[in-house]
Amino acid sequence: MSTSTATREMPDIYHKAGSLSSERRWALWTAYISLIFAAIIFLAPPVYMFITSLKTSAEVANLTGSPWLVREPTLENYAAILGNPTFLVFFWNSVKITVCVVLITMVISTLAAFALARMRFWGSQALATGVFLTYLIPETLLFIPLYQIVGGLGLLNSSWGLVVVYPTLTVPFCTWIMIGYFASIPKELDEAALIDGASWSQMLLKIFIPVAMPGIIAATIFAFTVSWAAFVYPTAFVTTPDEMPLTIGVVSQLVRADTFAWGQIMAGALLAALPPVIVYAFLMDYYIAGLTAGATKG
Amino acid sequence: MAEVSVRKVVKAYEGNVQAVKGIDLEIADHEFVVLVGPSGCGKSTTLRMIAGLEEITSGEIAIGGTVVNDIPPRDRDIAMVFQNYALYPHMSVYENMAFGLTLRKFAKEEIAKRVNNAARILDIEALLQRKPKALSGGQRQRVAMGRAIVRDPKVFLFDEPLSNLDAKLRVQMRTEIKKVHQRVRTTTVYVTHDQVEAMTLADRVVVMNHGIIEQVGPPQELYHSPKTRFVAGFIGSPAMNFFPAQVENGSGALRVILPNGVALPVPTDRTARYQAMAGREVIFGIRPEHLTEPKNLDRDNIAVFEVTPEVIEPMGMETLVHFWMQGAEICARIDPTTPAEPGRPMQLAADLNHMHLIDVQSGRVL
Repeated sequence: MSTSTATREMPDIYHKAGSLSSERRWALWTAYISLIFAAIIFLAPPVYMFITSLKTSAEVANLTGSPWLVREPTLENYAAILGNPTFLVFFWNSVKITVCVVLITMVISTLAAFALARMRFWGSQALATGVFLTYLIPETLLFIPLYQIVGGLGLLNSSWGLVVVYPTLTVPFCTWIMIGYFASIPKELDEAALIDGASWSQMLLKIFIPVAMPGIIAATIFAFTVSWAAFVYPTAFVTTPDEMPLTIGVVSQLVRADTFAWGQIMAGALLAALPPVIVYAFLMDYYIAGLTAGATKG
Repeated sequence: MAEVSVRKVVKAYEGNVQAVKGIDLEIADHEFVVLVGPSGCGKSTTLRMIAGLEEITSGEIAIGGTVVNDIPPRDRDIAMVFQNYALYPHMSVYENMAFGLTLRKFAKEEIAKRVNNAARILDIEALLQRKPKALSGGQRQRVAMGRAIVRDPKVFLFDEPLSNLDAKLRVQMRTEIKKVHQRVRTTTVYVTHDQVEAMTLADRVVVMNHGIIEQVGPPQELYHSPKTRFVAGFIGSPAMNFFPAQVENGSGALRVILPNGVALPVPTDRTARYQAMAGREVIFGIRPEHLTEPKNLDRDNIAVFEVTPEVIEPMGMETLVHFWMQGAEICARIDPTTPAEPGRPMQLAADLNHMHLIDVQSGRVL
């Protein structure tokens, strides 16, 4: 390259450097526009649910005017649903199932992840991959064979049947998350604990679980969400209202013959969505705090 | 406190890659031994085998007279300090140091006494309630050492403990480690790739290369009487200069002929040692400090020659002069007051009383 072309290119370089702030402005605009767009898409359904839950059945049925406006706001749907003993049974079933599933999942996947991440044994790598692959099998494929199994256990039409079945969804993924988290803990930490005199179980309880708390919380959130929001399995395995969790209870039991009590369904669905929102709001802070504290840095 | 014996220890990995090829090493009670060598020489593996973190393929390791081959790390009564400190991030400094004692079910008062005592030795009393993330690198290293001290183990093992620190702190912590050892006198095995650390800390240095021990000895002995070319080149900074040469028996006196034709007379007290090499190719080695401006010319065995310096490096207390001789870069160490300029020929004197001749085939210093 000759000197003259080199000097002729110089202004271009300066121009690029000078446009940094305008590039940044562009990036910000694009980011904001996409975020606003995404927020509208994700928030429109819950907002519409909330609006509908404040309407009387007559107003829901009235097709004149904008459906996004409430003319005569009422809390009667909430009062009706909270006064409905069946709804409270659904709620209690969901709580019971979810608490059990989260506990079972966390115990199994913490132990499994610790073994797969740290105790090098023959086939541990293949097993770790296998665990993840089982997660990829969709539940819609599994519910027919599982129906046989749950039936064989005599747990059809029982919320305990769901406690047995949900871990097939939660354990593989939670184990996978935790294998990754445990693997990120420096090897020297277990070696130091081994030399300090810890047994494997002490190492898990006193070092790994506290250090991996952000990962464990992430896995807990996942198990909670899957269990709380499960729809296919309860639809297939539970038919008695007394044993139903919220997800199917609200839609199946609040429909009287052909009449949809839309206001009540929406109020019920919103109330059902409340626990996950609370869990997320509370644990996410902890989760992010844990991550930014650099808990695994030696 | 105890001695450590390493007997014919081999470590082989899959595919029969031998990281440690049957080494023997006896470490006395209270001794500070440093394993030093380039990366991959097997020094860390040896340390980890003593700790019980790596299995031994064959051979035997004994601590305090007990063979520990099949004893897990926690029952070997050792303490280890790691390169990345390996502090438990969720525990305070106090809890970090107390962890090993708590697991061993020591009484609370005894734990407090030991932790406070170690904290005083290491000057970290003010940090006891902090978490590791609130500590600087040097402070973390102190805590890691404190964790070792409180246990009052038979042996301290250090795995490159200063490598993560900046140069200034490294020198400071080096002195700190030496002070602690002088105080607690625990048998110590210390691994480093830094030969300065090895020289300054060790009672005895073990130089390793390719899974074998090249030489074991006190720092001064390694420096002045290296047994192999590897040790001669590894110990000392700047490194020893090497050039190919030939031993010649001319007119009754033995001479070393350098590639540029300069003939250096072999000191008479070494004639018998080198006689057998007459007429053969050797490697001539001399340290930079024995290649200086002409001085002490009245002494025997000083050879003066002229060189053209390429690079001059003033270090303050000395000046390094680099020049090329027949394709080999040579470094000389001169007084900072001696005038030297790149490209301007100057006279240098080689003190042949400190020369080394190395057998080309075996790599052994003759």
